Amino acid sequence: MGTTQMKQVFGMPEAMKAEGRFYCPGCGHGIVHRLVSELVDEFGVRERTVGIAPVGCSVFADLYWNFDVVSAAHGRAPAVATGITRANPNVVCVSYQGDGDLAAIGTAETIHAANRGESFVTVFVNNAIYGMTGGQMAPTTLIGQKSTTCQLGRDPAIMGYPIRVCELLQTLGGVAFLARGVVDSPKNVLTVKKYLKKAFQYAIDKKGYTLVEIVSPCPTNWGMTPPEAMDWLQNNMLDYFKPGVYRDIGEEATVEVEPGN
Amino acid sequence: MSEKIPIGEKVLMKGNEAIGEAAVQAGCRAFFGYPITPQNELTAYMSKRMLEEGRVFIQSESEIAAINMCFGAATVGERSMTSSSSPGISLKQEGISYMASAELPVFYVNVNRGGPGLGNISPAQSDYFQATRGGGHGDYRVIAFGPSDVQELYDFTMLGFDLADKYRNPAMILADGILGQMMEPLVLKPYEPIPDLPSKQPWRLGDPSTPDALLITSLILNPGGMEERNFMLQKKYETIIENETRYEEVMTDDADVVIVAYGTASRIARSVMETAREEGIKVGLFRPITIWPYPYDPLNKLADRVKNMLVVEMSLGQMWEDVRLAVEGKARVHLHARTAGGVPVQTEIIRDLKKVLASKDGEIVRNF
Ligand SMILES: Cc1ncc(C[n+]2csc(CCOP(=O)(O)OP(=O)(O)O)c2C)c(N)n1
Ligand code: SF4
Repeated sequence: MGTTQMKQVFGMPEAMKAEGRFYCPGCGHGIVHRLVSELVDEFGVRERTVGIAPVGCSVFADLYWNFDVVSAAHGRAPAVATGITRANPNVVCVSYQGDGDLAAIGTAETIHAANRGESFVTVFVNNAIYGMTGGQMAPTTLIGQKSTTCQLGRDPAIMGYPIRVCELLQTLGGVAFLARGVVDSPKNVLTVKKYLKKAFQYAIDKKGYTLVEIVSPCPTNWGMTPPEAMDWLQNNMLDYFKPGVYRDIGEEATVEVEPGN
Repeated sequence: MSEKIPIGEKVLMKGNEAIGEAAVQAGCRAFFGYPITPQNELTAYMSKRMLEEGRVFIQSESEIAAINMCFGAATVGERSMTSSSSPGISLKQEGISYMASAELPVFYVNVNRGGPGLGNISPAQSDYFQATRGGGHGDYRVIAFGPSDVQELYDFTMLGFDLADKYRNPAMILADGILGQMMEPLVLKPYEPIPDLPSKQPWRLGDPSTPDALLITSLILNPGGMEERNFMLQKKYETIIENETRYEEVMTDDADVVIVAYGTASRIARSVMETAREEGIKVGLFRPITIWPYPYDPLNKLADRVKNMLVVEMSLGQMWEDVRLAVEGKARVHLHARTAGGVPVQTEIIRDLKKVLASKDGEIVRNF
């Protein structure tokens, strides 16, 4: 009887827990959580990583991540990450945030952490809606898009315009890396991973503020099936939230954190 | 630079700066603050001293950010601190509540100014309720000191860091603009931690010596879980009440009337007591040193012998409520209260003391 050599080609990252089964079918959070875990493994930093779970659906990130997690108050993750990495620079910190968390209630914390050039990884999941609270308008909700608090569609005359976070942060002196990806295909997921890898590298090397925005579906609160949600994302979100790299200071450079830069 | 700080010696220092130096000596690793009068000397002092010591100082974008930076520093087990004055302390309540729930230590200072609202920059004690009732949302308490001189600002800053660590709970000083800005001699005692400070190693995050994934959160959704945590916190608060209640009694033995006052108001009360005694009025002083835990029991005992108490405070009857709670009707509790820059005046307090002694059963003397 011959033996067959089996080689494992795909498995659970060490930095991922098996019991993480919380998000809705077709949700982007699970994919992004996994990418973070893979990178924590690849950089070999699991034991000195601290993930920040925000207020939003991903408050349950600790059910997925097999490394230390703290849950921050709504929008305050960048301030918490600042406290963590300044007090213990050996820690690799991942600030994971949704659009309401990062671009509404936490706008000030985000802009100032970016401007100070704080060295942590910001993972920004833009699903154009408030997921956890049941589908209210987010700062990234598209013009005309419906939500429970803009039932006739977002009217910019009353509700303002969707905020493009990468573009907003682009001018700040402390920023080392800014990119926007989308989790709508295996190829694009790999691009997101490439962006995140750079963000991790820069954060570990203390090069300045890094943020990867990930355009991601929320089928539940968009009122769609997962395939419909992916179509809607591709046909509506990507024109306004254009994927690409918005800032990269390069491997060699370090941001100059100076006022007026 | 630290050689220039004459540790162990008697020096003249501003209250706000004494707090800062005590924090540096106590090993505060990071200071996060936002400008507001009348605590600006403290932030300015820390901006210089922390960098000299190779530690962290950030002028944050807001008080909300500052307290959340403390939250972050606490999760990795480092001592951190923030300070502000009334409107800024209101903004910090979010973070303080989260830290109380997640059992994270932090030390902070409120150099109380006139309120409500933007108020004014004059001394006041009107954040007493906020300091002694937790201050933010939820069932929690913070350890709160009400120091009355610059030496105590220094001493209780060191003790505040220790007690915050010991009980894994926020601890604070409630001061006011007079204490913060006045110059007074003090001895720069070397820092000696209290005995048996527990190690933070078992719970701090990002520490490779604890490879298992740890979680620090104030969110508990499973049925009964949050109530259980609250009962656990209450147990801890009971231990704090038992171990950490501090107060001072001065000449209460033969007193016909006792002034109850803390902080700046107690300084005035002390000189009132001396003058009044020269006039033959037998006055004593009861001074809460911790305003939470509050010395309810000692006050209650005192009310067995002393049937009239005059609360002197720079808030409109906030501590008066606690004294009435403490004495359980065994003594009459009178009130002399000023606020928002109104500072109690010796002659007016003595006038009220005389009214108290002339008052009839059931009568309560109040200055407003
Ligand atoms: C101070 C405060 N305000 C409001 C809330 C309620 N809240 C919980 S989650 C959330 C929105 C989250 O939306 P988003 O950041 O877009 O994340 P998602 O759930 O879509 O991933 C809000 C408003 C809260 N928890 N705290
Ligand atoms: S509500 Fe939306 S964001 Fe939240 S888990 Fe479901 S799909 Fe994901």
